[in-house]
Amino acid sequence: MKNVMGIINLSAEEDLLKGITLHRPDAAVPFAGRYRLIDFILSSMVNAGIKNISIFTKNKYRALVDHLQSGKDWDLDRKRDGLFMFHPGNLKEDTSIYKGFLQSLYNNLDYIYKSKQEYVVISDANLVCNFDFEQVLNFHLKNKADITIVYREKDKNKEIEEQFFNRGLMLDLGENNQIADMIEIEADFSISKKRRLFNKKFNKRSVGIYMMAKSLLLDLINASVARGYYDLVKDGFIKNLATLNICGYRHQGYLAKIDSIESYHQHSLDLLNQEVWQDLFFNPGLIYTKVKDGPPVKYMKNAKVNNSLVANACIIDGVVENSILFRRVKVHKGALIKNSIIMQKTEIEQNVVLENVILDKEVRITKGKRLKGEPNYPVVVGKKTVI
Amino acid sequence: MKRGDDLRKKDCVAMILAGGQGSRLGVLTQKLAKPAVPFGGKYRIIDFTLSNCYNSGLDTVGVLTQYQPLALNTYIGIGGSWDMDRKNGGVALLPPYMRKEGGEWYKGTANAILQNMDFIDSYQPNYVLILSGDHIYKMDYSLMLDYHKEKKAEATIAVIEVPWAEASRFGILNTNENGKVLEFEEKPAKPKSNLASMGVYIFSWEVLKEYLQQDEQDPTSSNDFGKDINPKMLKQKQRMYAYPFEGYWKDVGTIQSLWEANMDLLDEYPQLDLYDTNWQIYSVNPNQPPQYLSATAKVCRSLVNEGCVIHGSVTRSVLFPGVYVGTGTTIKDAIIMPNVKIGSDVVIKKAIICEGVTIADGCQVSCQEAGCQQCYSEAGITVLGKSITGTDISCHQKVVRRSSKEFEGFKGIGFNTGEILT
Repeated sequence: MKNVMGIINLSAEEDLLKGITLHRPDAAVPFAGRYRLIDFILSSMVNAGIKNISIFTKNKYRALVDHLQSGKDWDLDRKRDGLFMFHPGNLKEDTSIYKGFLQSLYNNLDYIYKSKQEYVVISDANLVCNFDFEQVLNFHLKNKADITIVYREKDKNKEIEEQFFNRGLMLDLGENNQIADMIEIEADFSISKKRRLFNKKFNKRSVGIYMMAKSLLLDLINASVARGYYDLVKDGFIKNLATLNICGYRHQGYLAKIDSIESYHQHSLDLLNQEVWQDLFFNPGLIYTKVKDGPPVKYMKNAKVNNSLVANACIIDGVVENSILFRRVKVHKGALIKNSIIMQKTEIEQNVVLENVILDKEVRITKGKRLKGEPNYPVVVGKKTVI
Repeated sequence: MKRGDDLRKKDCVAMILAGGQGSRLGVLTQKLAKPAVPFGGKYRIIDFTLSNCYNSGLDTVGVLTQYQPLALNTYIGIGGSWDMDRKNGGVALLPPYMRKEGGEWYKGTANAILQNMDFIDSYQPNYVLILSGDHIYKMDYSLMLDYHKEKKAEATIAVIEVPWAEASRFGILNTNENGKVLEFEEKPAKPKSNLASMGVYIFSWEVLKEYLQQDEQDPTSSNDFGKDINPKMLKQKQRMYAYPFEGYWKDVGTIQSLWEANMDLLDEYPQLDLYDTNWQIYSVNPNQPPQYLSATAKVCRSLVNEGCVIHGSVTRSVLFPGVYVGTGTTIKDAIIMPNVKIGSDVVIKKAIICEGVTIADGCQVSCQEAGCQQCYSEAGITVLGKSITGTDISCHQKVVRRSSKEFEGFKGIGFNTGEILT
């Protein structure tokens, strides 16, 4: 995959995780005990041998810069290529309005021109998956596609899937993997209209990973921006559906898109399934993240932890069930935590009861307090809150 | 002002002696230098010394390697894990090497430093800190260096108070009330003091250089700091002080002390606090996902690292990364090193399981045979160095009793290891 450059697109971010994205972009949302969302797609690119990776941010990028730094923990601190970050402040034309992803790319055209790779893969950052980019490239070449769009089909056994398949870019797949038609589902479409579209033919959803030749991307950017269009999907893909060979590649392994509090909660708890754990963290490669040097987890005398994921440096003396504990969480004696996600450096004091809650970083729940949400409506507690 | 060379100058250079074989650790050091032996569920022994250097503000460290250096070399690399991948200084691995007139192995601790005089000289240091890579402790060397300067000493030796009953197992220093060293006694039968040398020395470099060169000319010398250099400096009335250290310090040179030091971490409030963010112990991180404890898991009074999957019961044990524990399995008082796979219904008691070992369903690692003299005693620790597949192997069947000579230090305790050799 030396001949492919990676672009991670944060422009679609709309603070869908509300409480936990006040201070950070979706891409930097803590996930799975020790990661940030962007780690999954970034590590997948690195594992595929992609060595030139750029991240186009939109706003609130401090948390992301702090997380990635030189890219060393992903082996991207390279002399040749490596990790690049482009922030919206870097504008050719002076304008304070963020127009869209194509504008961001246009502002940094020099970087794309200068890159030596022939192909480019563009991905959203909010994907939880261990993705095999090599297979997409093979598919792209075999089908002589101009653009390849990665999609997923609905898993009828899961309730959360309903949500996934009523937004975003929906595809109608024709013969030979070619996309016959596609439509971007807008937020203001009524539920019945969404259903109708899904049942009609648009029953596959793009996950937000696209592959194409770099030269084509440059053409799309230049042609669109010159006309005042800034959306890659609507202006670049949908308008050119008739003239380009756009193919759909079906992803079969685990893949979750985190775009709401409910999907965050549900997909976090997915990880308690051993098959998902194994699939997500080991196949085809490892997921890297910022190294923190925490000691192992210490289980004290009264600890009772079942069906849970625990990250390093936690000290546990209470009861934890069906939950995810991030690094350096302290659970004191007599505390009970159920179906919850507790982010880093949070302290749960004695005899606290938590159920269906998401606690952001550095929260403290004082002695004897009780917090309870519903499975499909978790209580979210903001960063550094003391209750 | 001079430029160039002066920029390299360092006040103090640290030299870590990491070439020892650690033969008393048996299978654990068969393919590994002692400083590379895993410790505490995450670390290797040398992490403590390297992290102490980094936390003390020392950024120039030489690591002297000799015995089985592959794992150690790979582990330390360019020192990035301890923030020692520096442009000026940083960590340097220093094995013995050939010279124009031939070359030789490191004959002793002093000889190892002598052979690397060029390395030290290139930083024109005022002081040299000599450390060993096989002790578990947290120590601020910068305070000791301040003490050395304050006392205008030529040599300073860090000492720790040990229980009087054990004093005869250590190198003991007798001092006056100001901390000036008056006498050395190696493992004295009747100790006059309980201040034991920790094997941590600071020397003024110009003075040490002379002694190293003199020592090399003496064919009767064993070229060792403790046996030769320090006594000679004392005899010739060099200013030598003892720096009192307070805190946890443990030499993990034997199976028993290694096991004990691991178990010490499981106390409710251990003396050695790994969770203190002001004095973090750094190590190479294995990049594993968070650990998973299943619905049937029962884990308490234990340390467990990332990448572990636990279905069974774990009590008072230390688990390194990537360990799998099957359902119905019981682990107690054990140290399970990285990537060990343990099947279902296994019983492990008071044991050390070496890296990468696989234990099949139903195996017993521990000897519960009543009256088995070979391995089950008060201190009996089973060390498993190779995978076992059959259900019929319990330790007393394949135990190789180690020669009594190797256990000289443990007279009275008896043979305390049942060991399955690789």
